[in-house]
Amino acid sequence: MKYSLFTLAAQALKGHRGWPRAWRRPEPKPAYDVVIVGGGGHGLATAYYLAKRHGLAGGRGGRGPSIAVLEKSWLGSGNIGRNTTIVRSNYLLDGNERFYELSLRLWEGLSLELNYNVMFSPRGVLNLFHTDAQRDAAIRRGNAMLLNGADAVLLDREGVRRYAPMVDLDNGRFPVLGGLFQPRAGTARHDAVAWGYARAADRLGVDIIENCEVTGFDIRAGRIHGLETTRGAIRAEKVGLAVAGHTSALARLAGLELPIESHILQAFVTEGLKPFIDTVVTYGAGHFYISQSDKGGLVFGGDLDGYNSYARRGNLPMVEHVMEIGATMIPRLKRLRVLRSWGGIMDMTMDGSPIIDKTPITGLYLNGGWCYGGFKATPASGLSFAHLIAEDEPHEAARAFTLSRFASGHLLDEAGTGAQPNLH
Amino acid sequence: MRIQCPNCGERAIEEFTYRGAAAPERPALDAPLEAHFAYVYIRDNPAGRHLEHWHHAGGCRAWLVVERSTTSHEICSVRLAEDQEAQGAGAGQ
Repeated sequence: MKYSLFTLAAQALKGHRGWPRAWRRPEPKPAYDVVIVGGGGHGLATAYYLAKRHGLAGGRGGRGPSIAVLEKSWLGSGNIGRNTTIVRSNYLLDGNERFYELSLRLWEGLSLELNYNVMFSPRGVLNLFHTDAQRDAAIRRGNAMLLNGADAVLLDREGVRRYAPMVDLDNGRFPVLGGLFQPRAGTARHDAVAWGYARAADRLGVDIIENCEVTGFDIRAGRIHGLETTRGAIRAEKVGLAVAGHTSALARLAGLELPIESHILQAFVTEGLKPFIDTVVTYGAGHFYISQSDKGGLVFGGDLDGYNSYARRGNLPMVEHVMEIGATMIPRLKRLRVLRSWGGIMDMTMDGSPIIDKTPITGLYLNGGWCYGGFKATPASGLSFAHLIAEDEPHEAARAFTLSRFASGHLLDEAGTGAQPNLH
Repeated sequence: MRIQCPNCGERAIEEFTYRGAAAPERPALDAPLEAHFAYVYIRDNPAGRHLEHWHHAGGCRAWLVVERSTTSHEICSVRLAEDQEAQGAGAGQ
């Protein structure tokens, strides 16, 4: 069913009892042309673009090419629901910026494309700076963004006061000198992104199979032939991995060793408030980013805890640290109560940038290493991963995200911190 | 998390700085390039017990080899890195 004003009105007259399921619950078939492992944002987006742009759909009649997405738990139960929902394309390096700018352009049309309201809200992202050196770096970054077709505005103190009056501009230690503002950036409703891609992919004939964990790969003579799962063996011509957070563990089943560590990142939500912060603001004198959800809660986060973890919960010192930084930037936060905090597991690569590439195993493709920037990348990640799987060639915008760059030295190190994943 | 420093006793995690996995061993200078690449970039990244280097920066400034579970954050053992080193290579698995 296509969602529209007409279907809404028709359902309203029936008391909203007639809405069909947004996607089917199919049994796994014995074989598919393409299997995507991971029913989160990236995996579902990949399946959608494979079906939409590469014609690899038509599974419904049981004939023709077919695609499945395997999810070990329920759909969208991983990092797509654990992030701070920020969407932006304010990167410095060309290899990153052109990709994230493509992603932002996809975000702008996503609700229409999917016929599903992902609540993309281009409310702007404001990065504060506090020193002359940081201002120089912000100008350089802004120019790099403009050269790649993105938007960037340099704000002085008065500009910051206009967009973010709640920020303490005259902080005794870190007075705010200005900010780099990206007006087209913003936030989106994270769960709706997974649901929207799932529904749109399902309508194109993609089988989305939940509660189906991959336990092994059938690899013979350097080529993938299928997967072992908790719901039986599935043959596949091509397999794409999109399980960021647990990429190392899954890749190990295929005999791959990767330049990735898994780390814990915490995030927080306060009690609901009346409108208080209408952009996304990030601090320059500490790692802190904050926005206000449509329900009114302030959503914010900071640094990684800093040690390898798969635990999906962090420790209290980082909680305290994030609160301190937040209260330094916006002193009024001190009066608020935090309702929830949670932790997500991040694939941290050795240079802080993602990997979308073939693997040494023919037919096995890798999408991972999203560090803590995966949410904003969802549309472009799906688009370029689908392109890679269908064409066996990297998408133009994702050409820099190779697996071989660590050996060849073509790193994409935005932070310039080297092979120390907990610092990216 | 609290770490039992062999020199200082049990201390809060804020006193320590994390370096990373302790298992990779620096290859000899004349080792092939692939060995150096693996040392710098490739990680086991296990979900479970993990050997790692922590620096007691806010205490005795000793380097420690800590065995810790990455799924529960339980700390299983702590040794001075110099003792680990004295036991010879291969202790890092």
